[in-house]
Amino acid sequence: MTEALLPSSPVAGGAVGRRRRSRWVEHSILPGFPLALGITLTYLGAIVVLPLIALAIRPWELGVHGVWHALTDDRVAAALKLSFGLSAIAALVNAPLGLLLAWTLTRYEFPGRRILDALVDLPFALPTAVAGIALTAIYAPNGPLGSLFAKVGIKTAFSPIGIFIALVFIGLPFVVRALQPVMQDLDHEVEEAAQTLGANSFQRAIHVVLPAIAPSLISGVSLAFARAVGEYGSVVFIAGNLPMKTEIAPLLIVIKLEQYDYAGAAAVGLAMVAISFGTLIVINTAQIFLARRGRR
Amino acid sequence: MTHSHLSRRGLIASAAAGAAISPLLGGATFAQDKSLKLLNVSYDPTRELYKQINAAFADWWKGKTRQVVKIDQSHGGSGKQARSVIDGLQADVVTLALAADIDEIAARAKLLPANWQSRLPNNSTPYTSTIVFLVRKGNPWKIKDWPDLVKPGVGVITPNPKTSGGARWAYLAAWAYGSKAGGAAGAQAYVQKLYKNVPVLPTGARDATTTFAQRGLGDVLLSWENEAYLTIEEFGPNYEIVYPSSSILAEPPVALVDKNVDRHGTRTLATGYLNFLYSPLAQDIIAKNHYRPRNAAAAAKYAANFKQIPLVTIDDAFGGWKKAQAAHFADGGVFDKIYKPS
Repeated sequence: MTEALLPSSPVAGGAVGRRRRSRWVEHSILPGFPLALGITLTYLGAIVVLPLIALAIRPWELGVHGVWHALTDDRVAAALKLSFGLSAIAALVNAPLGLLLAWTLTRYEFPGRRILDALVDLPFALPTAVAGIALTAIYAPNGPLGSLFAKVGIKTAFSPIGIFIALVFIGLPFVVRALQPVMQDLDHEVEEAAQTLGANSFQRAIHVVLPAIAPSLISGVSLAFARAVGEYGSVVFIAGNLPMKTEIAPLLIVIKLEQYDYAGAAAVGLAMVAISFGTLIVINTAQIFLARRGRR
Repeated sequence: MTHSHLSRRGLIASAAAGAAISPLLGGATFAQDKSLKLLNVSYDPTRELYKQINAAFADWWKGKTRQVVKIDQSHGGSGKQARSVIDGLQADVVTLALAADIDEIAARAKLLPANWQSRLPNNSTPYTSTIVFLVRKGNPWKIKDWPDLVKPGVGVITPNPKTSGGARWAYLAAWAYGSKAGGAAGAQAYVQKLYKNVPVLPTGARDATTTFAQRGLGDVLLSWENEAYLTIEEFGPNYEIVYPSSSILAEPPVALVDKNVDRHGTRTLATGYLNFLYSPLAQDIIAKNHYRPRNAAAAAKYAANFKQIPLVTIDDAFGGWKKAQAAHFADGGVFDKIYKPS
């Protein structure tokens, strides 16, 4: 799923892709197609499809009624709503911020730029538990930032805001890294042409730059969203974990496992996969549509 | 994605992978030397205790048999540890927070017989503990007993009973107090009010201690007695222990995992290890670490450390762990109802 969403420079690859699509298989001049396809299918089958099938089978030992009962339980519904809602908000907040960061890192040359650039990767590299503990220490009511927020009466750690902060943190690099290569490849001449045609800087940004980077922005945001939905390690430390209030769906799965309710845990997991998959399909469709329009 | 990005991320990834693998390599070298090995899978707050006991046992065993033993410890929430053993963690012995978790191992994975608890003295519990209150210095909220916990504004820190053994004991201690005053209905009302004052639900005892001591959250921590003393030793005089008027006799049991020891050929060693826990030497270490010893001499020696308060037992007050587990902590049980919006 991840592979399909990675920015594959739609502007350049599109024309070739469309020609290929006209026939089911085109004989490639490159050797090794059967072998490569075989390995691809085996690998994806073992790594992705098999566990997903196991996940899809497990819940039904409860029966259809049991699965429905498990998913409509108040606590499960609240956790799903919290996880998907906050993940969406965090991903959307990361869109403008990630755009700004990518813009700064690709468009300007300044001392320390490469260090900043490397910093963006930190949320990728940090073990999630370490990130969670660090964020909690900072945003707890007695932490350096948490105490500031506490003064104005805002609870950061151990509230939904804390979960949101953690999800923004882990999602940011997805957006930035999806945008950077496209921004670097953007043709300056196109913008210059727009300028000579009388477009002001605002018009250039909206009508020239944005359509070109929109597909990458969307794929970055959807990756950040998908990652945030499943994030466990960093969130459990900062969340507070109160049922109905700050209990995320992945934690609920862990709690169900702890109670040996494997089928119930799998039911919640399956629901999460289904919702995520549906969301990603919608996003992907939008992205393809935008990519075509951007090319015109 | 440009090459410079890829290679940089590659570097970070390989550094991270290296860090993750190095302890495994360390483990592999241990596996190669010929010393006997034992894995003790235990619950959260016993790290310090078993570190000392394992060192003492290794010395004693070497003196007795000339064999060098290495005992590995694994710690975590009691329920999670039991599930790991069920799922195949090769524990030779389990030393968990409550009997229900070992019952699950016996029932689900059949790794040990159902009557495991009758195989060792004192219901297979070489030490006991109880639940006490840990408050901040000077006890600003004047918390003396259970009724003080449900006063408006008091923040109570206790882990999630679904994932933490200690939290289950704490919940049951609160329930026992509540039922003394008003029977089952009174107990449920009391517990419900108590959890209204709980601002976060950490997943384990150590996590709860950190939340209370390092994050400064809450006014009182419902804690294992040993964990409360450990917090004071660790963080100095910023905290005080308050003994409520009554609490619960927490019995963390130990057991041999028959199928695993037979596979590893470690039955003699593991049996020796568990019996060692009842020896005067181990009982002294146990008492020193603020667990209540079974041995009379050790109990007398450290009597000043263990305030005697009335303690209810799980069998008397709740009819055993199986019943308590089903009524209170199973899905749809009393604990779930506390959080149901009414």
